[in-house]
Amino acid sequence: MSMNSQGRPTSPSAPSAPPAIETVSGSRGLQQREDLIFETGSTTKTGVDLPTPKGGMDRLGGVTRKKSVGLPGLSEPEAVRHYVRLSQQNYAIDLGLFPLGSCTMKHNPRLNEKVARMPGFADIHPLQPQSTVQGALELIDQLATWLKTLTGMPAVAMSPKAGAHGEFCGMMAIRGALMARGEIETRTRVLVPASAHGTNPATAVQCGFTVDEIKADARGRVDMEDLKSKLVDSSDIAGIMLTNPNTCGLFETDIREIADLIHEAGGYFYCDGANFNAIVGRVRPGDLGVDAMHINLHKTFSTPHGGGGPGAGPTVLSEALADFAPVPFVVEEDGVYHLVEQRSGEGSDAFGRLCAFHGQMGMFTRALTYMLSHGADGLKQAAEDAVLNANYLQSRLKKVMTPAFDGYCMHEALFSDAFTAEGIETLDIAKAMIDEGYHPMTMYFPLVVHGAMLIEPTETESKAELDRFCESLLSIAEKAKAGDESLKGAPYLAPKRRLDETQAARKPELRWSEPDKIAAE
Amino acid sequence: MRYLPLTPEDRKEMLATIGAASIDDFYTDVPEAARLGGKIAGLPDHQGELAVERHMGALAAKNRTASEGPFFVGCGAYKHHVPATVDHIIQRSEFLTTYTPYQPEIAQGTLQTLFEFQSQVAALTAMEVANASMYDGSTACAEAAVMACRVTRRQKVVLSGGLHPHYAAATRTVCEAQGIEVVQLAPGIDAELALAEAVDDETACVIGQSPNVFGTVTDLTPVADAAHEKKALLVSVFTEAVSLGMTMPPGEMGADIAVGEGQSIGNPLNFGGPYVGLFACSKKLMRQMPGRLCGETVDADGNRGFVLTLSTREQHIRRDKATSNICTNAGLCTLAFTAHMTLLGEKGLGHLAQLNHEAACMLADALEGVSGVELLTPRFFNEFAFRIPGDAGDVLEKLDGLGVVGGVRASRLYPGKGLDDVIIAAATECTSEADIKAYADALVKVLA
Repeated sequence: MSMNSQGRPTSPSAPSAPPAIETVSGSRGLQQREDLIFETGSTTKTGVDLPTPKGGMDRLGGVTRKKSVGLPGLSEPEAVRHYVRLSQQNYAIDLGLFPLGSCTMKHNPRLNEKVARMPGFADIHPLQPQSTVQGALELIDQLATWLKTLTGMPAVAMSPKAGAHGEFCGMMAIRGALMARGEIETRTRVLVPASAHGTNPATAVQCGFTVDEIKADARGRVDMEDLKSKLVDSSDIAGIMLTNPNTCGLFETDIREIADLIHEAGGYFYCDGANFNAIVGRVRPGDLGVDAMHINLHKTFSTPHGGGGPGAGPTVLSEALADFAPVPFVVEEDGVYHLVEQRSGEGSDAFGRLCAFHGQMGMFTRALTYMLSHGADGLKQAAEDAVLNANYLQSRLKKVMTPAFDGYCMHEALFSDAFTAEGIETLDIAKAMIDEGYHPMTMYFPLVVHGAMLIEPTETESKAELDRFCESLLSIAEKAKAGDESLKGAPYLAPKRRLDETQAARKPELRWSEPDKIAAE
Repeated sequence: MRYLPLTPEDRKEMLATIGAASIDDFYTDVPEAARLGGKIAGLPDHQGELAVERHMGALAAKNRTASEGPFFVGCGAYKHHVPATVDHIIQRSEFLTTYTPYQPEIAQGTLQTLFEFQSQVAALTAMEVANASMYDGSTACAEAAVMACRVTRRQKVVLSGGLHPHYAAATRTVCEAQGIEVVQLAPGIDAELALAEAVDDETACVIGQSPNVFGTVTDLTPVADAAHEKKALLVSVFTEAVSLGMTMPPGEMGADIAVGEGQSIGNPLNFGGPYVGLFACSKKLMRQMPGRLCGETVDADGNRGFVLTLSTREQHIRRDKATSNICTNAGLCTLAFTAHMTLLGEKGLGHLAQLNHEAACMLADALEGVSGVELLTPRFFNEFAFRIPGDAGDVLEKLDGLGVVGGVRASRLYPGKGLDDVIIAAATECTSEADIKAYADALVKVLA
């Protein structure tokens, strides 16, 4: 064994099998145990220093809090450590490939974060006089221009706060148009493919419509015969909600015919734009007969997913629906921007207001920064690379895994569980991917494919990363094919083993409570 | 293009592996008439960081920030100080760039913070349970109305005259689409208790706000009692979360559902979004709640862990029978909220609330000393309405000319309701005594 100048060995001693180590701390090396703030903090401790109140002032008229709140506090170093330790139990795009199909986990550029924090955007109030926020209104107008140009649509509603909120916006605009036609009482049926995101049928119902499900055909597209049969009596048709590219990762080949059929039936075409990232710069939804489509800025235009939000779902509208867009909206006149906030004058046909204020400004700044960085050329290249990466994965993975449908895919590759041995499920493959250092793919969605595995690499992965990923997944797939029972116990190397979701739902514990209080219950 | 790792050689090699001649092969399903040749016209090509930052910086420079001088705008969004730690934490890659925690084994960071968030919100509102957040306070309010109809199997909601008009409008939008009748009581600065008179046997819920949009704090207990007598629910709304550090919380007033805006804790003004909607209710209504819920469980080794739970309420399982179409929550904004709340703790929150209240008391004293000013809000936390002789829009514009952003004209929120001479002004811990003096001095000049 060689020694350094202090006489210490410079290389490890002979390898041996690691013993099963139990630690006293509950931490395991870099994996730090971290308790709840309710267990470590105290109501008398605080991590902020505030000036001393003067005292003697009270205009609350007795409407005061009677009981203590029960909120623990931590000093700043303790708080920082708490959250940093917790962060290390999370997987993230910044750590590796995050192939969650339909969710578009692409790199989040840091310039976007920097720009969103400029005081001129972050430190302005939504109800300041409009003369003091001309730059903010101009930014909304510029982003709207990009969105309209990229989609080939004449109008856009900017206030929806997420994709599902954009769906609600689009369907409410359709509702508004049907009301104006005097047909809201009779046109109540909305067609939704079986492969749709769950938000589509939920949204249609929230807007007062009923849902009629259309089948998928053997190619993973809308079954045109089924669609036509649903339109034989079309007097009650309000519209269709169709995702394109669809949730099977395929372009709806008959989309123009579908649009024509719906329009002839007197209905409107809502397109779920969750997968717009596959076609930016190659196809404009406006050329496909779309009447309304939301755009997930957190998917296509890279605003961070943040562990589940915030999203932003601006919704582009056709000429037929433009007047029914919600308030508020930005209007420019001679270089001066103003917000139309009321349903009168210019906004008199608006269906109303979706939320307080004007939309997800913090996401607008990031999305516009992303668009300007990419430009028209880069956005098109990004879409093409996303599709190329997905097809590359599909072509490599299909050597072991079963593609759900024949032919090329768009931005995501869909596999069924047909290749797995009896007893091995999609869930087992997903959990084994965790041990390989990857986030699992989307599992069991779309519902039209058995044991679905939906893989979306996005354009921000290198070929080398894709190759490494393929090697890992192919090795797991081989095990699944061979019926390797060890997969059932995965993950073995994650911060936690498989969690008992049944117990969580059977006896819901949704908040911390004192241990003795739990015992008393 | 700095965000795209594939090289031209990579692309060629990958196409060869796939067996495709060119990228166009993947787009042959697109109807020919809709295929775009070349790149989209009318948009610039890609730019480097410096150029983009300059473009965005120029837009930002056209806005006046809330920190530039005396600033008193509130009405649903408030200028508070956010500790530096909060922004550092939400920029951690592992929080910033992760997804909804669908794979709990590698998302305990997000899940534990959500569990802590739910616990904090429940404590703050004095309610039994809370969800993992909604888009914002206004959409939380709309969801509460719909939930109340689901729970009571009734189709009528009554909105107070002090409910933030944007919240009322968002609620109306959602309710009208579902055939729910919405009764809006006349705007009133101190009229929350009128809800007690308006509840009847058809009412699913009454929605009151404290502090309301005019800043008035009200003990809604009589409203809760009247509602419960008719088997209706009380939805209690707040737009200023800091107020709950000292004012009576929804749970102490008998509220069945509490909803509000959490922006004030941890989140900058951001011109209106993203914010964080808080949603809490009684335990017996838990299964009717919209949105995500995080719950405690154990893993295969028996260790405590957290998961998303009760998802059979949600759209991805229940589809057209879901409690809501909501899919995301406020994610990072909930993290900002919970991190700031952890730094504050009970002690810091109480302290912060007191500073806010004192700033507003001093502002009220100063403005009441200006000839012609009439204070309208009888009991307030950090915001109040006052009448001035003349048009509020004109007065605010003149104040602006003197460097003071003096508040919101009530007529912006209530056009045509005879409130043209009313201003709503807020003060927070960011408001200095010099700011207050500047306001009073400017107002004297403007009204002279």
